[in-house]
Amino acid sequence: MIELNVNGEEIRLYQLKTINDLLKTMSLTEQRVAVEVNGEIIPRSQHDNTRLSDGDAIEIVRAIGGG
Amino acid sequence: MALEVKTNDPLEVGGRTFNSRLMIGTGKYKDMEETDLAIRASGAEIVTVALRRTNIGQNPGEPNLLDVISPDEFCILPNTAFCYTAEEAVRTCRLARELLDGHDLVKLEVLGDHKTLYPNVTETLAAAETLVNDGFKVMVYTSDDPLVAKRLEEMGCVAVMPLGAPIGSGLGIRNPHNIQLILENANVPIIVDAGVGTPSDAALAMEMGCEGVLMNSAVAHAGNPILMAQAMRKAVECGREGYLAGRMPRKAYASASSPIDGVIGG
Repeated sequence: MIELNVNGEEIRLYQLKTINDLLKTMSLTEQRVAVEVNGEIIPRSQHDNTRLSDGDAIEIVRAIGGG
Repeated sequence: MALEVKTNDPLEVGGRTFNSRLMIGTGKYKDMEETDLAIRASGAEIVTVALRRTNIGQNPGEPNLLDVISPDEFCILPNTAFCYTAEEAVRTCRLARELLDGHDLVKLEVLGDHKTLYPNVTETLAAAETLVNDGFKVMVYTSDDPLVAKRLEEMGCVAVMPLGAPIGSGLGIRNPHNIQLILENANVPIIVDAGVGTPSDAALAMEMGCEGVLMNSAVAHAGNPILMAQAMRKAVECGREGYLAGRMPRKAYASASSPIDGVIGG
C-alpha cells in the first residue's frame, strides 16, 4: 500500500506502481491530462515507467472552460 | 446583392496567422453544447481555456472541453486565470504546454485581488520574463498603462492585452485615451482583453486600431449567447474594416452632402 496526495487529497492505494496505474484507477486514461509529481512535470511518454513512492504529491490537471 | 470588398488582412501573432480577430473564452456557459455553438458562431480561431485539477470544474458525464473544442480545429490559448503570483502562473503555463503536446502560445494573467481582478503588474512582469526565457509565446493581460504595455513588448511578449474595464464587468472601454497611447507606441498586436460588454464596445476597440478583442462574459452572459457570439464576430469585422477604411475628419460645423447650387425655387 502507498499513501499519495493527489490534487490535494490524501489517498491510499494498493498494487499501484506507476502514474499510468494511478490514471487507470481514476478513470483518466482516455482523458487529456497533464501530471506533476512533487512539482515536476512528467511527460505523457513517461507515465508508464514513472514509479510512484509513498508520500508523493501529485497534481493532475485538464483544460476546462475559462476566459 | 451588395458588393463585398475583400480585405487581405490576417492577424499575425506569435508566428501564427489568423483570419478572425475575435478571441473567445470558454467559461460561464450553461453547458458544453452552448459553449460549442457560441464559439462556432463567433468565428474565433483562438480560444482560451483554463487549467484545473481533474476533480473539479466539470459537470459529470459531460465530454472533456478539448474533445469539443479540439486543438486540431482551434488554436487553444491556455490561460493562467486566478493565478496570483508569477510562480503559480509559470507553473500553470508549463503544465499547459505538457497538456497540449508542446503548444507554446499562452495567455498570461496574474491577478492582484478578488474584487477588481486587476492585474498584478509586478508579478506579471516577473512571470513574463521567465516564460519568454523558457520559450513561451506570451500574450499578456495587463492594465491600460502605456509604459507597462511597452515594457512587456520589449521583454518579448508576442501580444499585449490591456483591459478595457475589469474582467466580467461589461463596462466597455473606460479609458480609450490610454488604449490609444498604447497603440501609438506598439510594435506587437494590441488586443483589448476584458471589459467589453456590447458589440459596439468591440467595434470601438477595433476602430481605434486594436488588432483584436478577447472576451468571454459579454457572450456567455448575454441573453442569447449564440446570437451575441455572432454579433461580436460582425462587430469585430466591422470595426476592423472601419479602421482600415479610415474615418472622415471631425469638423466643428456642418458640411452639406448635397450641392448648394441649383436648389429648386432658389
